[in-house]
Amino acid sequence: MPPRIDVRRFVRRNPTIVIGAILLIVLLMIALLAPLISGDPQRLAPIDRLRPPSAQHWFGTDNLGRDVFARTVWGGRISLLVGFSVAAFATVAGIGIGLLCYLSGWIEAVVMRVMDGLMAIPSILLAIALVSLTQASVATVIIAITIPEIPRVTRLVRAVMLGVRERPFVEAATAGGSRPLKIMWRHILPATIPPLIVQATYSAASAILIEAGLSFLGAGTPPSIPTWGNMIAGSRVFLSSAPWAVFFPGVSLAVAVLAVNILGDGLRDRLDPRLSRRM
Amino acid sequence: MTGAPVLQVEGLEKRFPIFRGALRRQAGEVRAVDKVGFSIAAGETLCLVGESGCGKSTIGRLVLRLLAPSAGRIVLAGTDISGLNAEAMRSFRRHAQMVFQDPYGSLNPRLKVGVTITEPIENFEALGAAERHARGVALLARVGMAADAMDRFPFEFSGGQRQRLALARALSVRPSLIVADEPVSALDVSVQAQVLNLLMDLQEETNIAYLFISHDLGVVEHIGHRVAVMYLGRLMEMADRDTLFASPLHPYTQALIAASPVADPRARGLRVPIEGEVPSPVNPPSGCHFHTRCPHVMPRCRAEQPSLVAGAPGHMVACHLHSAG
Repeated sequence: MPPRIDVRRFVRRNPTIVIGAILLIVLLMIALLAPLISGDPQRLAPIDRLRPPSAQHWFGTDNLGRDVFARTVWGGRISLLVGFSVAAFATVAGIGIGLLCYLSGWIEAVVMRVMDGLMAIPSILLAIALVSLTQASVATVIIAITIPEIPRVTRLVRAVMLGVRERPFVEAATAGGSRPLKIMWRHILPATIPPLIVQATYSAASAILIEAGLSFLGAGTPPSIPTWGNMIAGSRVFLSSAPWAVFFPGVSLAVAVLAVNILGDGLRDRLDPRLSRRM
Repeated sequence: MTGAPVLQVEGLEKRFPIFRGALRRQAGEVRAVDKVGFSIAAGETLCLVGESGCGKSTIGRLVLRLLAPSAGRIVLAGTDISGLNAEAMRSFRRHAQMVFQDPYGSLNPRLKVGVTITEPIENFEALGAAERHARGVALLARVGMAADAMDRFPFEFSGGQRQRLALARALSVRPSLIVADEPVSALDVSVQAQVLNLLMDLQEETNIAYLFISHDLGVVEHIGHRVAVMYLGRLMEMADRDTLFASPLHPYTQALIAASPVADPRARGLRVPIEGEVPSPVNPPSGCHFHTRCPHVMPRCRAEQPSLVAGAPGHMVACHLHSAG
């Protein structure tokens, strides 16, 4: 095992991972440091409404005179929180369900049919239904987006598992007297991790988009919390007179999704043994 | 070769169902192993030879209950394991271990060698990490590997070294039987000899029994005490190695021996060519499975399956040329 990683060589060989990671870290820093770098996103100033970008309001103001820069910065918190939470919860749930399938063929048959059923429902519809059944909150949005994401992860875990369990080292472990649970933990689970990391980035990207869509439709987080989605929704009527109020949250959304996707693509190329060489 | 056999197999059968169509209805079955019986004594090597697809690897997996038999008895170390449930079988696995053909696939590439070769010990003995490590180092020494291999990964080793590691894992729980499924077929010829000699040395030390599965008669002649020849799931002939190679009785065995490469082709002597392909095991020929390719075929061969009988003392053969009736 090479004990030291040559940073410059890593950057040259994996530019997409580095670019995606840097973009994502910058967005994360901005979101985390929101109280320090911007003012109150909720402060109303009706006299200053629909002002173009200036030294005082970098991104201008919206129709209620709220600072678009502050709202964009704070809105990033929700988007990234939802993105990371959905990726994390969907991955954990998917691994759990996928591995459960390993232990019992009967469970597998039932679970996979349920997953097929879930996948047949458009995820944004399911999310709208779940949010409207319960109170609007960030937690509800996260749960609503996670549920339709779980089948994708489960199917991936199962696909990897089906491949790995035919490998001779699994048969060797059985012959060596290892229990199924141990084989699953030691031999099957580690093989699912690299593809799951890649899948998690795609889950995060789609979660950010779905959250924005839900907020735009008004089915997401309560309107008191600024998010990129409800900013765009609130300002779209003023698109011709105050394009900045739509432009900045829109661009932020695009950059965030792009960053996560670039990182995912880079990781996929890096973690796929057929495409990559060792560092 | 005294005392009770380590392994005794009687009437062993394995049928794999074939499913066809949208409804996955059973359309037939493959008799991969058809009423096979043999026994292996302590310190003995029984070689199972035959062409690919004849069921020899299936027998290896049945004997270790990696597959469940369809019928028959498998008596390992005095216990019939053919009907044991999963947990009872698991705790019985220390008596018999396996070495696989593919030394690249049979070691988990993500695990350090030390973890892999001591995994069976972990399953059967309550040892601390330090003691287990010491056992691992001792095992490596027995298969001629240095102790530093414990902390390395499989990709750092060559095929022959990996097969030694696989053997170390098999030896870790001191089994009385090792099933070796084509353990040297994937190796270079020079390395084959080293691994075979290692197997034989270990047998002398520990009196371990081997069920050695191979298609290579040269290897079989080197390591086997007794040889069993299989064709389409059935045993055709079984005898001591020297007897079998000097005077094979079954036409199939004769053809196999004639077809195996020798250093000097002029010294080969009589050549019995074997023609055609191995018939489909889904729809095997009637009577004697070999009758479609046999140079001595008689009408009786098409109608009646020959049973395995003594063609000569200690020499079992399933052929109408040698059956009394």
